[in-house]
Amino acid sequence: MSNLKENKKNNIIENALKLFAQKGFYNTTIPDIAKAMKMSVGNMYNYFASKEELAKFAIKYSTNILADELREVNNMEISSKEKIYIFVRKYLENVQKSPEVIEYFLRVYLSNREVFKQGCEGFLCVGEFVTEVMILLDDGAQKKEFREQEFFPAFGMIMGSLGGFAFLSGENVLDKDLLSYSDAVADNIYRALKYDE
Amino acid sequence: MNEKKPTVVWFSAITCNGNTHSLLSSNSSKFELFLKNFDFIYHGSLTIDKSLEDIIKNQEQIDFLLVEGAISSNQKFFTTSNDSTKNILEKLVQKSKYLIAVGSCASFGGIHAKFTQNDDVCGLKDAIEEENKKKLKHPIINLSGCPVHPEWIFQTLFSLKNFKEISLDDEGRPKELYGTLAHHGCTRNEYFEWKIEGNFGQKEGCLFYNQGCRAPMTHSSCNKILWNDINSKTRAGMPCIGCTEVDFPRNNMLETKKNMGIPLEVPLGISKRAYLSISGVAKTFKIDRLHKKLME
Ligand code: SF4
Repeated sequence: MSNLKENKKNNIIENALKLFAQKGFYNTTIPDIAKAMKMSVGNMYNYFASKEELAKFAIKYSTNILADELREVNNMEISSKEKIYIFVRKYLENVQKSPEVIEYFLRVYLSNREVFKQGCEGFLCVGEFVTEVMILLDDGAQKKEFREQEFFPAFGMIMGSLGGFAFLSGENVLDKDLLSYSDAVADNIYRALKYDE
Repeated sequence: MNEKKPTVVWFSAITCNGNTHSLLSSNSSKFELFLKNFDFIYHGSLTIDKSLEDIIKNQEQIDFLLVEGAISSNQKFFTTSNDSTKNILEKLVQKSKYLIAVGSCASFGGIHAKFTQNDDVCGLKDAIEEENKKKLKHPIINLSGCPVHPEWIFQTLFSLKNFKEISLDDEGRPKELYGTLAHHGCTRNEYFEWKIEGNFGQKEGCLFYNQGCRAPMTHSSCNKILWNDINSKTRAGMPCIGCTEVDFPRNNMLETKKNMGIPLEVPLGISKRAYLSISGVAKTFKIDRLHKKLME
């Protein structure tokens, strides 16, 4: 695909993400997205065959942003503890910078499972991100910086904590600036994972 | 055929004789073919009119010296024919053209090299003086395996007899036999592909994730040149324990070492990141056929 087309596609995804996050999946139509893009509805279909397809691309797109960031952190020559702190900060920065990405995840991906049933089964659309979390955990456990446990409880704990915090931020109930909680959230995650003698 | 048949001597060093058993369990027609083409002049476990001393004293050349078992110079630890295995080996090597390590102990020291009480137990390569190695016609050939497949011995001998040389990998093993992984040819490959794990002794499922199967990291042709012409460990439901590799035997061989549920080692030639991401994807497909018993 040409770079130009790729950029356009990403542009559509970004706009769609915002609308989906605001209005929900069913209340957002392709004409709505086309309008936000100042494009004709017909032209929109040159990029995505359906709203469902767009939704699936959007989930890949948004989790890949996180995957890329976590990959960078994973490749750093630092302790697993530091990795957690940096990753949490980057995650919360994302929540602040593009709240629609996380909102989309929480409000569409997790709530409208039927849309993602085909083509996004299991980890198919979020695989890159899950893989990076695996690398983070595996590496920490190998270096005995994290204690040995099964993958899913550890994964659920990290994502539950981060997702929950993003939700609180989205609901505007936090009394301080989001990023000021970063180290405390990271500390909780680290304590839950850390190797105990 | 008037041509003189090449001579073969089998020396048993520090060994459980497993490779001898393997040889004697070979397909009988292959064994006959071997005897027709080679002059098998000495094996300590067979009824043969010569003694090891005769072989050493005899002026005659040995074409193929096959050694089973590890080597040590420590006579308190082990002697045979009143001498250390190292001394006997050196004497035999002087008279030999080709030196073939039969089995993992002769190749790399194997289980005997794990004894902490005696640290000079080793495989042939480390046991022989450099100048004596130079007298050989060919680099030492390691036929690793615990035990080695009898067919691999015959194939190597016939190749050398006909072509005088054989190409070896970095561990001194014939590429023809050790170029692919034991995983290659396993009847469970489809289960591996879709990440469906099986249990010890069952017909269904792959044994990689829970049972410690080392075949994706082990160079051997066990699943191509079948045992007793019909079977292999993994075909029968026993995980590969990596017996042809330098690090054999390892600890906890029937376990897959994992961190946070993620296997420590992944198949050769793929990065862990790539492996984890494709396995995650493969797992999302539920192929009914592969979750059923093959026979009710
Ligand atoms: S059982 Fe072992 S050899 Fe067979 S497919 Fe699984 S990993 Fe490969």
